[in-house]
Amino acid sequence: MKNYYQKEIETASREEILAIQNEKIVKQVRHVYDHVAYYRKLMDEKGVKPEDIRSVEDIKKLPFLSKADLRDAYPYGLLAKPLSECVRIHSTSGTTGKRVVAFYTQHDIDLWNDCTARAIVAAGGTKEDVVQVCYGYGLFTGGAGLDGGSHKVGCLTLPMSTGSTERQIQFMMDLNATIICCTPSYAAYIGETLAEKGYKPEDNKLRIGIFGAEPWTEEMRRNIQKSLGIKAYDIYGLTETSGPGVAFECEEQHGMHINEDHFYAEIIDPDTGEVLPEGSKGELVFTALDKEAFPLLRYRTKDICVLSREKCSCGRNFVRMSKPMGRSDDMMIIRGVNVFPSQIETVLLNEGYTPNYQILVDRVNNTDTLDINVELSPEHFSDKVSDIQKRERGLETAMRGMLGIGPKVHLVPPKSIQRSEGKAVRVIDKRKLHD
Amino acid sequence: MAITQLSVFLENKPGQLAAAVKLISDGGVNIRALSLADTRDFGILRLIVSDVAKAKALLMEKSIVTETPVIAVKMEDEAGALNRILQSLQEERINVEYLYAFTGAAEFSAYTVLRVDDAAHAELVLKNAGVATLSDGELMQLL
Repeated sequence: MKNYYQKEIETASREEILAIQNEKIVKQVRHVYDHVAYYRKLMDEKGVKPEDIRSVEDIKKLPFLSKADLRDAYPYGLLAKPLSECVRIHSTSGTTGKRVVAFYTQHDIDLWNDCTARAIVAAGGTKEDVVQVCYGYGLFTGGAGLDGGSHKVGCLTLPMSTGSTERQIQFMMDLNATIICCTPSYAAYIGETLAEKGYKPEDNKLRIGIFGAEPWTEEMRRNIQKSLGIKAYDIYGLTETSGPGVAFECEEQHGMHINEDHFYAEIIDPDTGEVLPEGSKGELVFTALDKEAFPLLRYRTKDICVLSREKCSCGRNFVRMSKPMGRSDDMMIIRGVNVFPSQIETVLLNEGYTPNYQILVDRVNNTDTLDINVELSPEHFSDKVSDIQKRERGLETAMRGMLGIGPKVHLVPPKSIQRSEGKAVRVIDKRKLHD
Repeated sequence: MAITQLSVFLENKPGQLAAAVKLISDGGVNIRALSLADTRDFGILRLIVSDVAKAKALLMEKSIVTETPVIAVKMEDEAGALNRILQSLQEERINVEYLYAFTGAAEFSAYTVLRVDDAAHAELVLKNAGVATLSDGELMQLL
C-alpha cells in the first residue's frame, strides 16, 4: 500500500521531474531578476543574465544567498511581489538582534501546505486521522505548516500549539489523536510523562509522529516510537524556504525526500562554494523554483548533509537528504531555536561585560539546557551575594530577549574559563546528537 | 572608623577556598575573622587579616579582590549584647547586609563585623548608643 498525496508528481520519473525543474527555473530567475533589486545586483556583479539560465544545470552560475543577505535585506529587500499580493509573514527565531522575515502569497501558502500534506500522507496519514499539532503557532512556521497540511489531507486538526503538557495529554486521550506533530524532544517528554502517569504505550490512539525543527538521533527515534507506540518520521524545512515540508520521510524512514518540483537542492563545499558530486557530504543549498513572494535562489542552509538518488521502495524519485550532520558555522539548535555564540557575545558587550564566556549545552530529561559561564570583571564585583545574583538575573533577561530562549547565567572569576591555544573554548555541547 | 575587609570572589568548586587560603597562609598573613557566603555557583569570602595590602596582592593572582569598608564593634561576651547593637541600628532603619563575629585574645571580649548600607550613619548611631567601633589601628592591636 503506497501513500501519496499528489501521486502524479510524487511518482514522476527523474526525467519528468527534471523537465518541470528546467521549466520553472527559467521563469523563476526572470521573476527574481525583474523584481528583486538586491539579487539583480548580485547577478550583475557576477555577470550573470537571466537568459544564461536555461536549465537547472545553469543554477551553479547564480550567486549564493546567505543568512547575512537576509539580514541586510530586512525586511523587504528580497520581496518579489507587491505587499498587496502577500497574505502571510513568518519569521525565524532571530539572530544578532535582527530577525529574518519571509513573505507568502496565497500561492506560496498553498504549495507549502501541499508539501506538508505530502509528508503527512507519506507517513501514513489519511482523512480519518486526528492530527495533534503541538508545534508553536505564530511567527514560527512549525504550527502553521503542519496545520495547513493536515487541513489539505482532510484530517481533523487539533491546533494545540506548544506547552501545557497536562492539557496536551488530556486532549490526546479524550479526542483520540492518531498523529502527533512536534519537536522530537517534546515527543520524548510527552512519552515520559505518559509513563509517569501510569499509561502504557498502547493506551493512546497515536500511530504516527512527524517530528522536526531540531536535530535528533536514531536512538531518540527508537525511544519515542517505543514510549508512544508509534512510527516516528522526520520532516525538514526552514522559514527561508517556506517552513517544514521542504523534505519529508516516507515509510522507509531512511532519509528525507526533497519536494523537488518546488525546491532544487545542491550540495556545495562550504569553503569554496563549489558544487560537489552526488553522494558527497557538504552544505545544503536550496533554490525555490516556484515561490512567488520570497523566492530565494541558492540559499545556503548551513546544514551539512548528503544527498542520495538511490532508488527508494516507496516509489518516489525525489532525491533524499540525510539528517543534517552538523552546521557549517557555529550555530546551535537549542530547543528548536537557533542560537549563535555571536548573539551571546553581543549581549555581553552591550551589558558591559568582557566577551569571556563559555556555553554549555546539554540535554536533561529530554529538554535542551543552556548554561552560560561569564567571567566577572573586577568593577562589577560586589561583596554582597544579592548584587551578583541580580547581575546574573539581569544577564539572563537580556539573553532571553536576544535568543528567544532562557539560559542560566553563571558569573565566574576572571581567567577561570579554560583557554586552549590562548582562545577560550566557546561551546561545549554535551548532547549526543549524531549517532 | 570603618575597618577594611577583603572580599574575594570564588567559584563554588572543590579546592577554590583551599587555594585562596593557601595563598594567604604561604604569605604569612594571619586571618583574624572570616565569613563565607555561598550560592550554588559562587562564593564570596570575606576576610579580616593582619596585613591587608599583602593579602590583597596575593589573592589578586587568584580572583577578584576588593577592599570593603565594614564596621567592627566590641561587644560584651554576654547574653543580649548583639541584640542591643541590632536594636539601635534597626531603630534608625539601617539595613544590615551581613555580619559575622569573632572573639578576641583578651578574656570576655567578642567582636562583630557589620556590613551596613550606610556606614557613617551606623557609626554615629552606635556611638550614641555607647557602642565603640574599632579602627584599623585598634584592630591591629587585637591581632
